[in-house]
Amino acid sequence: MTTFRNSFPLKAYFFGLIGLLYFPIAVLFLFSINANTFLSFPLQGLTLDWYEKLFASDALLRSARNSLVVALGSSLTATLLGTMVALLMMRYQFRSKGLLVAMAVLPLIVPYIVLAVALLLLFSILNIERSLLTVGVAHTVVALPYVLLIVGARLAGFDASLEEAAMDLGADYPTTLRRIVIPMIAPAMISAWLTAFTVSFDEFALALFLAGTQPTFPVYLYGQLRFASRLPIMIALAVLMMIGTLTLVLIAERVRRAE
Amino acid sequence: MTAAPSRPSEHLPQIRRIWGRAGRGWDRRASFWMLYFPPLLWLGAFFLIPLLLMFAFSFRPDMRGDFFQLWHPSLNQYEKLISTGSYWRLLWTSTQMALLISVISVVLSYPIAYFLAFHGRQRVGFYLVLLLVPFWTSYLLRVMAWKMMLGTEGVINSFLIYINLIQEPLTALLYNRNAVVITLIYVWIPFATLPILAALQRIDLALFEAAADLGARPVHQFLRITLPLSLPGVFAAFFMVFIPTVGEYVTPLLVGGSRGSMYGNIIQDFFTKAANWPFGSAMSMIMLAGTLILVAIAARLINLRDLLE
Repeated sequence: MTTFRNSFPLKAYFFGLIGLLYFPIAVLFLFSINANTFLSFPLQGLTLDWYEKLFASDALLRSARNSLVVALGSSLTATLLGTMVALLMMRYQFRSKGLLVAMAVLPLIVPYIVLAVALLLLFSILNIERSLLTVGVAHTVVALPYVLLIVGARLAGFDASLEEAAMDLGADYPTTLRRIVIPMIAPAMISAWLTAFTVSFDEFALALFLAGTQPTFPVYLYGQLRFASRLPIMIALAVLMMIGTLTLVLIAERVRRAE
Repeated sequence: MTAAPSRPSEHLPQIRRIWGRAGRGWDRRASFWMLYFPPLLWLGAFFLIPLLLMFAFSFRPDMRGDFFQLWHPSLNQYEKLISTGSYWRLLWTSTQMALLISVISVVLSYPIAYFLAFHGRQRVGFYLVLLLVPFWTSYLLRVMAWKMMLGTEGVINSFLIYINLIQEPLTALLYNRNAVVITLIYVWIPFATLPILAALQRIDLALFEAAADLGARPVHQFLRITLPLSLPGVFAAFFMVFIPTVGEYVTPLLVGGSRGSMYGNIIQDFFTKAANWPFGSAMSMIMLAGTLILVAIAARLINLRDLLE
């Protein structure tokens, strides 16, 4: 059926590379249960102390909470706005459509450093104090393209004639939206929301510029890197967060594929 | 050849076509504006205007004066940028690094995509998740993991010392350009696999049968069928890695040190330590222009519609 019948070398290559991809992550995990503050062979012993200390560190937990707040706010806003653009893109024709769609997709392409300094400039000029809000605004902009692509793909997949039928039967547009369109695209919206959430949750490049005195977890982690003794605690929380993000991503994939 | 425009909403012909029943014009138009204004205002205020502001700022002669104070446009910043060789060299170095990173990522990803497309069989979904899990874990964390791998007290060094291959830790592993290149290749491999896989999966398997019937050996089948037909995916993967890598600043910040800085790090410096925002803005504009040119080239080479699938 295929050009190379013997698949063993390819399979070996695949699993070898998978091993390489997982190795550094495994090292991180090991680091979070290692008794010493640095990792050296052989291991000095295993401990769950770091996980315990983590829950005693207020600043750390606050930064985790900040990340959660920002991710929740920005992902909900991005889902709402992105769905609006998707509806406009797939169901309407209007003069400024090109501009709107371009503005919604370009954040995917513009380097984060450029967007970060541009927003920093805007907030400085308007004298807006940097806070979780400014980070959330930036994350909404960069998460929006993902929502647009996910929801737009779903809208492209079902026929506008369903909406037409509803309108012909006397439903006004808001009712059609509520009763026909939203239920049809709901799985895509949930998947888009979870994607937007994970985009925001560990985003660092924008947050470093815009967080001000309220660090999100990645920004806080970056600030703590200087202190080697604090590192295992950071890693412990990072591991917990990784498990959380991963769960969300897998749920998002499940929802998307279940359609 | 129908009647002349009769409604103010005439510039919305699609709405008319789909929901063009008389008497419901009002709620159609109201819905349109309700869907239209929030994203337009948001993206205008927090995406377009900041970039325009930065564009304007790059023509400021210096940092002095109030933000709102009008200034005489000056090309000072661009002149300084163009006449200083080191910035161009750094931009060139960053481009070369991005080129190296994307080429190696694509080359390493191709066999993975090939394996998944033709030998994954019913387990391909599971294999794909296995591949993507590292990509879905925190970016900062993966970069930090490499810091721990490459550091003087890191995994590689302590392992080499443990097996007595070296006595003193190697310091050449971390805080240079190689560390940045290695880390980013690691980060991008799962991502680069996806477009190549999509292109391979689109190949009609009957082509291989036909080629085999006509006597083509496997190597020829690969070179004459598989490779050419997968090129759009290869190009897509290349640009999807290359474009964000040119603008990278986080990875060099963490594992590159001062010797591994990229163009993005200098922009960061001008907005933080050096506090020369007009110059930083000019540098950002150059980067933005470069990125948009790259995207334009990519859009000519690949069908963007294929990517959206």
